[in-house]
Amino acid sequence: MADEKLTQIYIMGKAYDVPVGVTIMDAMEYAGYRFIRGAGCRSGFCGACGTVYRKAGEYRLEFVLACQEMVEEGMHLTQLPFTPAPRSDYVLNELDPRENVLLQHYPEIARCVSCNTCTKACPQEIEVMDYIQAALRGDVAKVAELSFDCIACGLCAMRCPADIKHYHVGQMGRRLHSIANSPMPDHLTERIAQLEGGTFDNEMNALAGASLDDLKTKYAERVIEKAVTEEVTT
Amino acid sequence: MTGPEFAGLKDGYPDHMRASIAKVEATRARRLKEGTLAPMSAEARAEILENWHPDYKADQKREVAVGPSKGARMPHEVADLLEAYPAVDPSTIDLSKPDLDVSILILGGGGAASVAALHAVEEGIAPSDILMVTKLRHGDCNSVMAQGGIQAADREPDSPAIHYLDVLGGGHYTNKPELVRALVEDGPRMIEWHERLGVLYDKLNDGTYLEAHGGGTSRMRMHSAKDYTGLEIMRVLKDEVLNVGIPTIEFAPAIDLLLDEAGNTAGAVLFNLETEEQVVVRARATVLATGGFGRLHIQGFETSNHYGATADGLVMAYRAGAGLIDMDSVQYHPTGVAYPAAILGQLATEKLRNQGAEPVDSEGESFVYPLEPRDVESAAIIRQCYGEDRGVETPSGIRGVWLDTPMIDEIHGPGTLKSRLAAMWMMWHRHGIDITKDPALVFPTLHYQNGGVEIDAEGRTAIPGLFAGGEVAGGVHGKNRLMGNSLLDYNVFGRRAGISAARWAKEQASSGSSGLSLKHVEDYVEELKSAGVGTDRTAPMILPDYRREVVIARRLDAL
Repeated sequence: MADEKLTQIYIMGKAYDVPVGVTIMDAMEYAGYRFIRGAGCRSGFCGACGTVYRKAGEYRLEFVLACQEMVEEGMHLTQLPFTPAPRSDYVLNELDPRENVLLQHYPEIARCVSCNTCTKACPQEIEVMDYIQAALRGDVAKVAELSFDCIACGLCAMRCPADIKHYHVGQMGRRLHSIANSPMPDHLTERIAQLEGGTFDNEMNALAGASLDDLKTKYAERVIEKAVTEEVTT
Repeated sequence: MTGPEFAGLKDGYPDHMRASIAKVEATRARRLKEGTLAPMSAEARAEILENWHPDYKADQKREVAVGPSKGARMPHEVADLLEAYPAVDPSTIDLSKPDLDVSILILGGGGAASVAALHAVEEGIAPSDILMVTKLRHGDCNSVMAQGGIQAADREPDSPAIHYLDVLGGGHYTNKPELVRALVEDGPRMIEWHERLGVLYDKLNDGTYLEAHGGGTSRMRMHSAKDYTGLEIMRVLKDEVLNVGIPTIEFAPAIDLLLDEAGNTAGAVLFNLETEEQVVVRARATVLATGGFGRLHIQGFETSNHYGATADGLVMAYRAGAGLIDMDSVQYHPTGVAYPAAILGQLATEKLRNQGAEPVDSEGESFVYPLEPRDVESAAIIRQCYGEDRGVETPSGIRGVWLDTPMIDEIHGPGTLKSRLAAMWMMWHRHGIDITKDPALVFPTLHYQNGGVEIDAEGRTAIPGLFAGGEVAGGVHGKNRLMGNSLLDYNVFGRRAGISAARWAKEQASSGSSGLSLKHVEDYVEELKSAGVGTDRTAPMILPDYRREVVIARRLDAL
């Protein structure tokens, strides 16, 4: 590692020399940080490592995940590992998705001034403002579609001048969309009925009592179902 | 978001990798026309595993010297943790006045923990009488990172019996059959439960599920939510735990289980990571849902696992007297990221392969059926890199093979990859690589703890009052897990553990509470000493340490 190429970054204002070509998270560990907060899945799925930085000579703040973003020379950064956002409790099957439930639970979405700051703050490149506008219209299908990649890092809510808690609105919207517009398939209901009715019991009992040789023979004789290509809706 | 700089790279790759990509492109049309190679025979599978799978290297394991599974072979990294002393001297902990007293204590904050908590409530335990405690945040877990899907035999021409055969054969017939039966028979029920909770699975235009193959499946039963399947399920479960009002303490991992005078599990000692206080929790029933061991980096492998996957639950349960099974087997996911170095070891979901991407070597040739069970697929990739010398070497000296991702849109039409594999597209896009145009370089990554604490079909462990589900528990998958069965596992056995814990807690409610004890830990320390385990190693590990040695060496504990 002696000839490792280093670059200087500033972690909460303090300068550290860290390797070129590593993520912010790896750079912080290289510098000597041991995370308790601010690290989770380390793969971009959990939203634990929301990070704000400003590049040298720039006035603008950038919003990223520390585990996914590479360090750059002169970057000034801090992590924002927690968002103190209130959340509205609800009982899903008591809600009527046709009513404007999202607005009732999160009335502050009416304060959206369409500044698009939330969208600019999203490390997942989600059109956050657009799904808040859809939530205002009660269009839960659009909320679900646009917010689907949300990992609830909370950076949108930290940035919003109207104090909207976008990621909670998105979560509730997706569940509403599911019960309103994505009904349980018939084949699932039928299969549950078969299971409850004991349709498979004899076959399962026979397998449970089968010898190892029988099992190996049955396994080898399986026919692999052929894949077909069809269109998805969700 | 701004992109990083890619000096000297062409669309994310250096010249020598581009040269190999050209070969992949040159053979693509032919490979698409000819179709994939055929699956291996049972004999061929056995041979490639024996020669190339990391599990089959005898010198990488040893017999554990102490405890209920003494003599069982396991990786050195696991044995090191079992042959280790408690971080806190048990005699210094005041157990006379518990800080918290609950009906059910749930250790963990991931999928299995959340499912257990919700089912304990359905079984009649008041939410306020449950406590979920977790090392990181609620939802920081491997469950949230699962991408490809969840198996459930819920359509014709599939059945629980066919699913059962797939699981047993994939696990080399080493699985506990009653656990496999529970897994496959509960599968459709868990999907139905998710539907009622509002989980958004991918559906076809006719309203049926989009279901695909996984490695080692004979029917298409992989349900997905784009390639955010684990995230979609986990965030709905978390949302519901919040709605129901189950108390949760984050950043407070358990460091040892408590027993009562009758030898029943009676809670745990927690460690508040931020204040560094110990917290004593008494509980009538305890659910172990602490996940797996990927962050032990077994045999030096990179891992796809989350930061907290350090086997703490194994250590605690083992000290308390619970046996472990199948700990000699480790799952390496065939396709971890091999390039760029910044995301080394992160998961490239099996869904890439079930949607048509095939592994291709440095010369542009396919060398394995893309959907073998994971251990076989991994062994084939390792052989291609180190046996056949047809891997591609990265600038940092890592070898890998190509996963020919542009095949997906060639097969299913433009736009498919970006819509069905949004997370994968984004992961490489952040590093300047467009996997709809160029293949991705992959190599096996440490992915899953196949074995674990032994449970029965009701989620009971050998210790009364201790229940377990999810990755911490063993026996469901035998020596090798199939894709899509871990999400199903944590649902099925999280539910069964939660229900069993609730029933046990109700049965115990009338009995008076006896004193709490850590004598089992003191006894374990004595056993370590008698076995001559002379070490200052402590466990559980709680968190890995990725600081440089030079920093750790210069560190002062002066505050």
